[in-house]
Amino acid sequence: MSAGAATAKKQKISVPFDYSKYLRAGKLPHIWCPGCGHGIVLKSLLRAIDKSGLEKDQICMVSGIGCSSRTPGYVDFNTLHTLHGRAVSYATGVKLAKPELKVIVVTGDGDALAIGGNHFIHTCRRNIDMTILVYSNAIYGMTGGQFSPTTPQGSMSTTSRYGNIEPSFDCCELAKASGASFVARGTAYHTQELERILLRSIQHKGTSVVEIIDSCPVYYGRQNKFKSASQMMEMIEKDGTVSVKQADRLPPEKVEGKLLRGILHEAERPEYCEEYQRLIDKVHGK
Amino acid sequence: MTEAAKKLPRIVVHEKLCKGCSICVDFCPTNVLEMKGSIVAVKNLEACTRCQLCDLRCPDFAIQVFD
Ligand SMILES: Cc1ncc(C[n+]2csc(CCOP(=O)(O)OP(=O)(O)O)c2C)c(N)n1
Ligand code: SF4
Ligand code: SF4
Ligand code: SF4
Repeated sequence: MSAGAATAKKQKISVPFDYSKYLRAGKLPHIWCPGCGHGIVLKSLLRAIDKSGLEKDQICMVSGIGCSSRTPGYVDFNTLHTLHGRAVSYATGVKLAKPELKVIVVTGDGDALAIGGNHFIHTCRRNIDMTILVYSNAIYGMTGGQFSPTTPQGSMSTTSRYGNIEPSFDCCELAKASGASFVARGTAYHTQELERILLRSIQHKGTSVVEIIDSCPVYYGRQNKFKSASQMMEMIEKDGTVSVKQADRLPPEKVEGKLLRGILHEAERPEYCEEYQRLIDKVHGK
Repeated sequence: MTEAAKKLPRIVVHEKLCKGCSICVDFCPTNVLEMKGSIVAVKNLEACTRCQLCDLRCPDFAIQVFD
């Protein structure tokens, strides 16, 4: 075999992605239940970070409280595990003190949109450079399955035994209306699409919000009579969403009632840290 | 078909990490995997297309497919 043929063959070999370089040694197995989507999302995120070319020390991952917020405990970046709902506020402090860091916030739908709703909208409004990943499983997982602001109407939860009567938030619409300059949605099921979306969100300058639809088979799944994690992924993440690229071409009945996936909003707006520096320079007469 | 083209992939299951959720089994397009008790096992290696979907969707870093 010629040398050229050997190289060509080598390129075809599929090597599994080596996650270990981004994980803290000896921390696995993680605490998440069998079939929990949070692990799938973490893997997409690590592959996206790898593609971004960022060094581990250039990243600071900040979380609040919840199952999703346990993510920073497993990764070998600068990490901060903070207070329920306040991840974005801590992250704002980190970013202002060290603007050179790439700040990635990992938060749950309860953490970001219920107790942290106020912090969330004002962070988006400032358009401070950070990536906010909302792991959206429509439930408070960690505390035993209470309904959250993204629990669909009619769903069962520990605090809605006869069905949830509250209308739910659209996390992406909320982020966009609040001023986030990059807004997207992905799912744990569509792992490679999610990886691409996460890479774009990390590369964006300004507040980027990605709502990631994933599943809590233990509390949401059981209470809503899903048979397995795979069935939830199939029915909620696959059949319950449609890509923005396809949505225009599909008949309305195939899009109605489904969540859009993909990049939903992208705009250029002044970034908070830069505006802050500009103000400092102006006051100092520079 | 040459000998090299027929080479089978190598599927590694990290038994200490597998939580038996069966996501990899349910989504494998060619039905390569099965649950053996609470851990995944390889049932039909010949059918594996090396698509990597099992690894991509495993929440627990528990399965890898090498060429
Ligand atoms: C101030 C405060 N209030 C309430 C709690 C209890 N608590 C812990 S996690 C959590 C909800 C987490 O849900 P979510 O953010 O959706 O994350 P998940 O566990 O579903 O990933 C609550 C209410 C707390 N830790 N601190
Ligand atoms: S309780 Fe739900 S969200 Fe928390 S680890 Fe278990 S499956 Fe995941
Ligand atoms: S690589 Fe693809 S075909 Fe092979 S076991 Fe995994 S999912 Fe199945
Ligand atoms: S997806 Fe992972 S944890 Fe689940 S059964 Fe397969 S190898 Fe085990």
